[in-house]
Amino acid sequence: MRYLPKSPAERQEMLAAIGAKSIEELFSSIPDRFRLRATLDIPGPYSEAEVIQYFKDRAAENSNGYTSFLGAGVYNHLRSVVTDAIIQRGEFLTSYTPYQAEITQGTLQAIFEFQTLMCQLTGQEVANASMYDGSTATTEAVLMAERLTGRQRVLVARSVHPEYREVLKTYAKNSGLRVEEIPFTASGTVDANALQAVVKDDVAAVVVQSPNFFGVIESYAPLVDVTHTAGAMFVVAIAEGVSLGLVRPPAEADIVAMEGQSFGLPPSYGGPFAGVIASRDRFVRQMPGRLAGQTTDSEGQRGFVLTLATREQHIRREKATSNICTNQALCALAATVHLTLLGKEGLREMAEQNLSKAQFALSELLKIPGVRRTFDAPFFNEFTVELPRSVKIVNGHLLRDKIIGPLALGTPYPQLTKHALVCVTETTTRAEIERFANAVKLALERPI
Amino acid sequence: MNKKIKKASRHTNQSEGLIFEKSSPGKRAFELPPLDVPVADPAKALGANHRRAGIDGFPEVSEIEVLRHFTRLSTWNYAIDLGMYPLGSCTMKYNPRVNEFIARLDGIATEHPYQPQELSQGCLKILRLLEKCLLEITGMDAITLQPAAGAHGEMTGLLLIRAYLQKQGNPRKRVLIPDSAHGTNPATAVIAGYEVENIKSESHGQIDVEKLRDQVTGDVAALMITNPSTLGIFEQRIPEIAEILHAKGALLYMDGANMNALTGVTRPGDLGVDVMHLNLHKTFSTPHGGGGPGAGPVAMKKILEPFRPLPILVEKEGGRLALEPVRPDSIGRVKAFAGNFGVLVRALAYILAYGPGVRQATEDAVLNANYIRKQLEGAYELPYSLPSMHEVVFSDAIQKKSGVSTMDIAKRLIDYGFHPYTTAFPLIVPGALMIEPTESESMEECDLFIDAMKAIAEEAATKPEIVKTAPHTTRVRRLDEVGAARKPILRWKPAAPQSEAAD
Repeated sequence: MRYLPKSPAERQEMLAAIGAKSIEELFSSIPDRFRLRATLDIPGPYSEAEVIQYFKDRAAENSNGYTSFLGAGVYNHLRSVVTDAIIQRGEFLTSYTPYQAEITQGTLQAIFEFQTLMCQLTGQEVANASMYDGSTATTEAVLMAERLTGRQRVLVARSVHPEYREVLKTYAKNSGLRVEEIPFTASGTVDANALQAVVKDDVAAVVVQSPNFFGVIESYAPLVDVTHTAGAMFVVAIAEGVSLGLVRPPAEADIVAMEGQSFGLPPSYGGPFAGVIASRDRFVRQMPGRLAGQTTDSEGQRGFVLTLATREQHIRREKATSNICTNQALCALAATVHLTLLGKEGLREMAEQNLSKAQFALSELLKIPGVRRTFDAPFFNEFTVELPRSVKIVNGHLLRDKIIGPLALGTPYPQLTKHALVCVTETTTRAEIERFANAVKLALERPI
Repeated sequence: MNKKIKKASRHTNQSEGLIFEKSSPGKRAFELPPLDVPVADPAKALGANHRRAGIDGFPEVSEIEVLRHFTRLSTWNYAIDLGMYPLGSCTMKYNPRVNEFIARLDGIATEHPYQPQELSQGCLKILRLLEKCLLEITGMDAITLQPAAGAHGEMTGLLLIRAYLQKQGNPRKRVLIPDSAHGTNPATAVIAGYEVENIKSESHGQIDVEKLRDQVTGDVAALMITNPSTLGIFEQRIPEIAEILHAKGALLYMDGANMNALTGVTRPGDLGVDVMHLNLHKTFSTPHGGGGPGAGPVAMKKILEPFRPLPILVEKEGGRLALEPVRPDSIGRVKAFAGNFGVLVRALAYILAYGPGVRQATEDAVLNANYIRKQLEGAYELPYSLPSMHEVVFSDAIQKKSGVSTMDIAKRLIDYGFHPYTTAFPLIVPGALMIEPTESESMEECDLFIDAMKAIAEEAATKPEIVKTAPHTTRVRRLDEVGAARKPILRWKPAAPQSEAAD
């Protein structure tokens, strides 16, 4: 087998050195009746060429050749080949968690740079080395707020990503957290009056997302004051990080939970991505996950180490702030490289292109008779439209034109049947937007 | 350093500041294609109060500077690609490069989790085949690929147990965890809403079965066991342990972190385990990447199947596959979308490359560990003498006499060109040296490691200072961890801060 670096003679030599007659002898501690005699029923062995062919065959059964208008938490953005070249360097790819700081300064400094970039983007003071994804980061932000406030009631905007809310409910069910939802207004924003009516001094956190699941940008001012007056933590989830190139960051939030997928990570059918938690310096000791910190070595040189580890499971065990161990380090590195490549101007320009393309797509769709905008609040690169016909039927027609249509909102939001969430990024060309709008028009004109 | 040591020699590497310190206004490393639609005015489209002016301190550098910056940083890392990584419990094996290639294919990396399932059959077939392979390897009845890492899998597994017991009327109160367990076990039990009861190992480092009979009461939900244990020893009485739990209505959870000792040799499902997680970034070779991403599939017996997290992969008529988002008894979602798909893809590629021959990998891993054990016995103390599987745990008892600790030996190992083994774990061995070579090491590399360890044992006895002040050859020397924690500096700040107008 090509991955195994031993000849039969070397195996014999090693057995002899051990003093064992056969390899079987080394497994003698496994009771005989539990020793597997049969050959495992799994395909292979495959040569490298066969492995590649198997996955190329599977790839061909997917959506190659289609143009997509899906976002909803996973976005198509331009990625430089430089990012993959860096993260495929064996020194990053095949290195372990940097517990041995002297020989992992590369990873540690990169994490420190990642933490800095995340602070700059979110307007927060401290960010961790990554969580699994945006959904678990949002949940961990709530658990952090629970620890900070000692309270167990959580108010979550219904305009937060439906899957993020589901994950929160899974965790909450067993930890005594009570999760209640806050409705949205006719503009698509969090209903501040509804929030004010229920936020009391037993609330640990108020969770909103911006841009929210409908693409709408939230105004924090009316929400944050009532939240803080009640002594609760204001938690902001961000699913589309590119928005931060143009949209004011949630600097007034106590905790920000972000999905980093938009920063150089491919959609990859939903993962691996990189979750982020950012917060205030004064809350750092209740943060989950790893943190890299700057220090000096015994000769006074600058260096970096994993720090404040007494929050973590390998030290604190059942008293840890979270059970997370393995995180999404390589994805965080990809985000670091990608954002460094984009830089100040690149990120702004990318965000501006998203905004312009989404505005253009909306104007094209609004030219179609019967299509209207659902919400009138400002949006970034996603928006919601109401169609005069079932979104699923329209999408079925679009597929014939090799277009993957927008997300139908009727399943997560029964009151939004016939409403669709359209996403357009800098990767969508004008021609594709026009072809899409035309295909929607034709689909709506077809007899039922 | 001993001249006979062939592994390491001095080399130079370059200084490199933080990327923020190299930034200079007007430089850029990325250009977008020209905008082909009318420009939207952000102030008008977003409203002036939503608009951000610019991001203070964000880097402005050119492409060559980015490439050099991260390439230089990379040279400061140790990696499997450079040599043996004997970290016990971490299974640092070779990460085949073909797995990186196929995970980036168009049609794999490009797929959106919400695209129509008829356009995702390739992705779903990959998930299905991986499920089947992992079920065959574990001997279990059902599986979920959703969890993103081992600890996430542990949580999912305990939530399955909780849901199952709840369905019978009482989720129970406590989870039993041996003192040799990974820290994630107790931390996870708390998140799943359980109290942790730590149980003491018997004198050979195994579960004390006689005591366990008294400890398993009607309010115990489960025992979390690691097999082989973190001492690298097979838990021989595991079927009996399962019987004790089952007799009281409790379940047996197995931490599969050490599955590299068992794959193809024995199956947890046959041993009486009810639910377990696998670390695909350990046993199934997906890259550690400096700390992640991983994947922690959870395999289970039939009784737990109804409670699996959403979505559930199902086969419809005609062989069409689908992810179903609703199940009445499910514990719910543990993560958005369909698991860490890109990691799952790599793990399947690894399994297909071996096929049933994956047993040979297990055999070689156990052979390497026993070879190292044999050669180092005497030089280092072996606190537990039961047979080793894929890893061996020594202690620093001999070296302690000259004031040298496991951490010192580990740091000195760096000078000899190796990554340290796992230090000070498991907690039941004071001054532990936990060594897991994996199957990826040749006899030559094992011999180099043995030479280095023996040389350090000699140094510890004759000139302990050189060990206690190691490493001597790295870019930085021992770092001030206490200072780092006392006054944390967790991000770079510009020397002369400017205010961000729109903030």
